[in-house]
Amino acid sequence: MIGFGKPLKIALGLIVIAGLIVIPMNFNRYGLFILSQWAVMSIAAMGLNLTLGYAGQVSLAQGAFVGIGAYAAAIMTTHGWPLPAAIVVAIVLGFAVGWVLGYPALRVQHHYLAFVTLAFSTLAFLVFRNESWLTGGIYGISNIPRPHVFGIATNKPLPFYYVCLGSLAIVSVAVWWLIRSPWGRAFMALRENPLRAQSLGIDTRRYTLMAFAIGSALGGVAGALYAPLTQYIDPVPFNLSLSLDLLMMVIVGGAGFYFGPFLGAMIAVLLPEWLRFTEGYYLMLYAIAVMGLLIWSPTGILGILDRYLAERRTKAASALRAVAKSRLETAQ
Amino acid sequence: MSNLFDLLVAGLATGAIYALVAVGFTLLWQTSQTINFAQGEFVMLPAFLMLAAMHAGAPFWLAIILGILLSMILLGLGFKMLLVDPMMRHGVLPLAIATMALAIGLKEAVKQFFSAEASPFPSIVPTGDISILGHAISLQSIGVLVVAILAVFGLTALLNRTSLGHQMQAAAQNPTVARIIGVPVERMILLTFLINAFLVALASLLITPIYLAKFSSGEVLGQAAFIAAIVGGFNQVRGAIAGGLLIGVLDNLAASYVSTQYRAAVPLIFLIVVILFRPQGLLGRAEERTV
Amino acid sequence: MKSTILAGALLAFAAATGVHAQAIKLADVAELSGGGATVGTNWKNGIDLAIEEINAKGGVLGRKLEVTHADSQSNPGVARAQVQKALDAEPYVLLGPGYSGSVKVTAPLAAEAGIAQIMGGEAAELTQGGNKFLFRTSFGQQSSMPKVAKYIHDEMKAKTVAVVWVNNDFGRGGRDMVTKELERLGSKVVADLSTEAGQADFAADVGKIKAANPDAVFVYLNEEESARILKELKRQGVTAPLMGETTLIGQKVIELAGDAANGARGHVGLTTDAPVDLIKAFREKFAKKYNYVPDHNGLKGYLAVYMVKATTEKMGKVDPKKFADTLHGLTIKAADEPGILMDVTFSDTGDIDRQSFLVEVVEGKQVVKQVLPKVK
Repeated sequence: MIGFGKPLKIALGLIVIAGLIVIPMNFNRYGLFILSQWAVMSIAAMGLNLTLGYAGQVSLAQGAFVGIGAYAAAIMTTHGWPLPAAIVVAIVLGFAVGWVLGYPALRVQHHYLAFVTLAFSTLAFLVFRNESWLTGGIYGISNIPRPHVFGIATNKPLPFYYVCLGSLAIVSVAVWWLIRSPWGRAFMALRENPLRAQSLGIDTRRYTLMAFAIGSALGGVAGALYAPLTQYIDPVPFNLSLSLDLLMMVIVGGAGFYFGPFLGAMIAVLLPEWLRFTEGYYLMLYAIAVMGLLIWSPTGILGILDRYLAERRTKAASALRAVAKSRLETAQ
Repeated sequence: MSNLFDLLVAGLATGAIYALVAVGFTLLWQTSQTINFAQGEFVMLPAFLMLAAMHAGAPFWLAIILGILLSMILLGLGFKMLLVDPMMRHGVLPLAIATMALAIGLKEAVKQFFSAEASPFPSIVPTGDISILGHAISLQSIGVLVVAILAVFGLTALLNRTSLGHQMQAAAQNPTVARIIGVPVERMILLTFLINAFLVALASLLITPIYLAKFSSGEVLGQAAFIAAIVGGFNQVRGAIAGGLLIGVLDNLAASYVSTQYRAAVPLIFLIVVILFRPQGLLGRAEERTV
Repeated sequence: MKSTILAGALLAFAAATGVHAQAIKLADVAELSGGGATVGTNWKNGIDLAIEEINAKGGVLGRKLEVTHADSQSNPGVARAQVQKALDAEPYVLLGPGYSGSVKVTAPLAAEAGIAQIMGGEAAELTQGGNKFLFRTSFGQQSSMPKVAKYIHDEMKAKTVAVVWVNNDFGRGGRDMVTKELERLGSKVVADLSTEAGQADFAADVGKIKAANPDAVFVYLNEEESARILKELKRQGVTAPLMGETTLIGQKVIELAGDAANGARGHVGLTTDAPVDLIKAFREKFAKKYNYVPDHNGLKGYLAVYMVKATTEKMGKVDPKKFADTLHGLTIKAADEPGILMDVTFSDTGDIDRQSFLVEVVEGKQVVKQVLPKVK
């Protein structure tokens, strides 16, 4: 967020973080579950934001990567492996499959790539459903254990919420570092002008694949947390609509803004819950809210803020100019 | 062998349905870069408008006319003015997302205000089969196929033979130049939205007796039509019909000779192959414009 | 002016608390959107109808029933959140969900809270895990499929069978159970065909059935798809006898499939077409209120509420702790509690034992061929 003073920004950040740690202590199990879901979806959306918002590659397969991570975690932890090992496998799998899926991105661009990933998303669903020997098929996998962290059991909602929140914090820091590293700048160069990026000596092929693979790996991380969160998975939650939901989160939050995915996931996870008091109308109102928001600001929530701040800056600048001008005139 | 014939016929019948839905899809893409994820729901809705008119006491023919008119107002004019216009300048994605939200909204609205049940819908084509070479073929399927082909020929003729069509093409291919030479670009784009709305209402009328009027029937249809449009060529009206028929046949052959569990996978793999080796689609032309 | 507002507010408050102290709170979590929306909506409507009836007659033990409905979006993760929310409000009994996967993910939560859960899932394994708080409203597939398999083997004398099923947890569960039973009896499954929910084109599937040339075909799909495959079976001239469940020979299927449904047979555990006067009356009431004829999920929701009523009246008090214990082993007779529609007994595992029927469609009408009595 541009335009605020740095100390103010840090203070604001600390308040939000403290709030996320302290306030949920009084939440009931339902509130904690929803908040944990928000944290998990934020991780997946951050991955997609990296692919889409920073590197400009449209992916409709992020939900499939969440599924891959979830199945990796479910299968491994129900066979006695610890969750961190499953997360590593989820990252490796997400990265590797993402890398391979990124290859079409080298040949085709934009919407064509979206179509390839859309097809992949549905293919992944079919594999989850049909390969019962591995995934339990439509019956799914139940009794997924939650981990022990530093010897503390996280079966209860609050400790597991802290697992999700802690993971979100680690991922956030990693992504923060990544987009400020030369890699991050290369990604953005790729989005803004691939030809120019190439002429500047950036290996566009490698960075395109990298953007795809890292974003997908984060989807895998989210999945590896989703499985122990619900403690039961079947193929249905990982169909195309999850990919579309995640894309919606990124766009609604503001693609290419660091804080976009957090806000987008908040809208997608919390808004329907807040609207539930309207009973049969809640999804309808949610759909209308999303459309309204996009009509108002096609660049998402942070797009609004960005625009507002930019306006303020130009106003401030023109005011300064006016003052300077009048001084010049009086000096003459 | 006779089995193969049955499969081909059934595949063509289903493919014709996909084609009919896909035509409008390609039309919207060409003129306004709209990827309409709610296209399936657009086909679902008019049947309910017609049913509502019939519940209010209108005879079937009047219900059809009312349904088509209302569809053109809601799904043509309303869709363009309320959703497409404010977002068109901001690229493909926000609008695509908005149409996803629209799809959810339409489904939920029909479920809430009408019913979650499937309702039967009267057929304008006589039900029943005719026998061709000893194989029973449903008259409804033939009706859909004929209308799909007519729609594509009609549209192609409109676009290529009439001055209105030339104006529409100009508006689609290069709006700036079209504006300079005096083409009313805005009106041309609106026209394509109205044509799409008319086509989905027509599709709804023909397809609903087979699919039944149900709030969720657009999901399967929309995705299949989407795939058909891409395979055939996203930027060519006639691509939709080739893609639709191909996907319909492929789906049946896959179920027969590959695996019923993976039948949906074969068209998708085909889609990936097409995009990798001929991204503009089988009948599409390479895109001149950078998006 | 002020005092009237105050008095009004007080009155409203008193009325509100009065109602709340009295009402018995039930919580329903069901598939109101997503793939199971039709199932969940029927279930919800059944519940609402039963509650309206009971409250109109003075409630249960003089207290009104109240229910909150929550949408699981047919997604186990959402179902878990909503059940958690429902349990946090400490309901008397939890109703739903209908999808077996969603039941699997929520049953441990209800058991942990010590609250009885009356659900619509039909997967065999649900009641086999020793959960003391879970109850069915219909036959589990472990009770219905053996009857179906026995009929195919004994009555249809089928040595070879084609099995067509819809690839979701409902269809897959039935397919696994019937295949196991058929093989145990010595009938061979010669075609095993998975189909998709919402599938419109069954030409390939029927072509495969034709090629396998079985003695009988077992069809286990949703109503709409059942109607479509019946038409296709007729079109391609398959003459092998057809066997199914409620979803193959229900009135809705007959309506959609027309004369293609003639000759189809099915085992019917719970259907609005059952030749029972109370069920016919239920069907009329339901159709009058909602303008359509419900499928068996409407009946399930209706029965769930009457299970609550009968159990509570048996206890003589509203006691969530003793509810599950009381319902285990309980027999409810339709003569005593008309809302239960047919005599029913609950086992110690929460399974249901009830009369069922074997039905054939003859000239667009269901004809009962055989009444299968309660096991005990």
